[in-house]
Amino acid sequence: MRGLTFDVAHLLAGTLVLVSFLELYQDRLSALLNMFALHAFVLALSVAWQAYAQHAPHLFVTAAIALVFKAIIIPVALHRIIMRLGIHREIEKVVGVGPAMLLGMGLVALSMVVMLRVTTEADPLAREDLAFALSVVLLGLLMMVTRRNAVSQVVGFMSLENGLVLAATGAKGMPLVVEISVAFSILIALIVIGIFLFRIRERFDSVDLQALDRFRGERR
Amino acid sequence: MSFDPMAAILLIPAAAAGCLALMPGYRLTARLNVLAALATFLTALSLLFSRPQPGPYLQVDDLNIVFIVLTTFIGFTTSVFSASYIGHELDTGRLTPTFLRFYHAMYQVLMFAMNLALVANNIGVMWVAIELATLTTVLMVGIYRTHEALEAAWKYFILGSVGIALALFGTILIYMAATPVIGEGTDAMVWTILTAHASEFEPALLNVAFVFLLLGYGTKVGLAPLHAWLPDAHAEGPTPISAVLSGLLLNVALYALLRFKMLLAANPQALAPGPLMVTTGLVSLVFAAFMLYRRRDIKRMFAYSSIEHMGIIAFAFGMGGPLANFAGLLHMTMHSLTKSAIFFAVGHVAQVKGTQRIADMGGLTETNPVLGWGLVLGVVAIAGLPPLGIFTSEFLVVTSTFARAPWLAVILVFGLLVGLAALFLRLNTIAFGEPRGPTAKAEASYVPMFAHLALVLIAGIYMPPALVLWFQNVAKLLG
Repeated sequence: MRGLTFDVAHLLAGTLVLVSFLELYQDRLSALLNMFALHAFVLALSVAWQAYAQHAPHLFVTAAIALVFKAIIIPVALHRIIMRLGIHREIEKVVGVGPAMLLGMGLVALSMVVMLRVTTEADPLAREDLAFALSVVLLGLLMMVTRRNAVSQVVGFMSLENGLVLAATGAKGMPLVVEISVAFSILIALIVIGIFLFRIRERFDSVDLQALDRFRGERR
Repeated sequence: MSFDPMAAILLIPAAAAGCLALMPGYRLTARLNVLAALATFLTALSLLFSRPQPGPYLQVDDLNIVFIVLTTFIGFTTSVFSASYIGHELDTGRLTPTFLRFYHAMYQVLMFAMNLALVANNIGVMWVAIELATLTTVLMVGIYRTHEALEAAWKYFILGSVGIALALFGTILIYMAATPVIGEGTDAMVWTILTAHASEFEPALLNVAFVFLLLGYGTKVGLAPLHAWLPDAHAEGPTPISAVLSGLLLNVALYALLRFKMLLAANPQALAPGPLMVTTGLVSLVFAAFMLYRRRDIKRMFAYSSIEHMGIIAFAFGMGGPLANFAGLLHMTMHSLTKSAIFFAVGHVAQVKGTQRIADMGGLTETNPVLGWGLVLGVVAIAGLPPLGIFTSEFLVVTSTFARAPWLAVILVFGLLVGLAALFLRLNTIAFGEPRGPTAKAEASYVPMFAHLALVLIAGIYMPPALVLWFQNVAKLLG
């Protein structure tokens, strides 16, 4: 039984990393949003499995939040926003697919090396989970820096946050996990509302020098 | 139920926020805001005399009491300044009454979040509180709803969120390190228990955790190269918020960092956190000092000056040892008082001149003597000239460094001098010479500004022995 618990947890966490890679090479916004919904769905499964394996029923709440809020509500809302803003076909190329994937692999290797080395004492389940979680976090960060569109930056941030939830649920018996996932949901909801209200399309260090001049307040 | 001051410094702002959100009329709400801030400050003062037992979520000890008293004091004086500042914003139509109501409620929420982060005895609660403080300031920065303000708020939001996310990862790692020793559950997140057992934790895990925490909370402190949000957020929000951001919120994030540093310092096998902080501190100092030359917006300039000073403080705490820690604490206190006083002055200057561009200001000491000389005094203080308090603390940082690592001291002094020259170059344009721009009288209350500057001056000339003793105790605690 021990073996099966471990294997399923391992499989789900590994799938999360894989979906992060899938997100990394999407160049259309609507496809990216579908991938994010999948990401959140895998997270919900993974958290639910942890809840079952650790006999921690409160984690089911976190899984439900991930499923309802992040896998359904947020992607639907973002789909509607990008349709409204007319950017659903947008193709963006800041860093090519090849270099981005190579960088991503490097980051995964890095997190494996770092986390597996420092957690030799810890519970093997938590240990693997943490290594995968760090990979997801780093891939999310990579996505945030290689994207120029505000919506895909937000998707990057949300997958980063999925990695954190994975880490928090993997740390056995950690208190406040549910509270933290609620706090994060509020944060994300605010970001999405912000995009909608202010119609932010581009990241602010865009190539539009005039805009740059204006908002820095450095005009002569 | 008996009166518990530790809970009261949280409950007063929380209750006030609720009331202020519901009440119309800005004169009344502005007064209520001042009153609530004063009540919080007085309650915090009572903590000096009777200190409750630490619980699983809240605690007051020698270290955080300094921060609590400072935070509530500046929160109070800033609310006084805000009451005189905000009326003008309403008259010029930059804020509508609805937004003003929101502004006052948010001000109290921010005070609540900062107090919670300071009294938290739990690394999880501390994280949630700092996130709440970030969110409130984001909303406040964007309150003018101009293009620039929204962009500043967005930038702050994204960078702040990434920082806060990394800090959470670090927090989880600390919990992971603690569970084998303390066991699962809430106990493994309680500061008092963590510090007591820190020497038994797995050092490698602590090291990785500290790197994440330094990056995460370091973003909130505004340490280079993670400072990008700071100048925009300071320049575009209402000036009382700039004062609170610089004077208080940066300190709160630094406090979180110091707590984790104490954890690492208690474990002899773990990486020494000092050199990391020394490096980021020095980089921030030198970088910000050079950036000061290119600034044309008065609030952005002082925002860079805040980065410079947070660099000095991080450097001092990184050096460690009783003397450098003492200097760091003193510098932090002095910087908070001085920088918020400067922002009080700058707020009124910008209102009089109708702009924040330095080129459009001039001869302030002739047209508005009280305001002008107040600003001059503030800049003299922040630049670190004697006999004001910042001179004392900078002198202590420099001398203690010269005794231990002369090369670092050379870089430190170089950064300080570069920054000083830049500030005076700009001050010359603003305060002296031919008057430029509108010269209307400022409807200002000068009390908060001069009260802060007077405290800084007194601290520079004479420090009460009791206070010195206290700071020394805390400095020893920091290791």
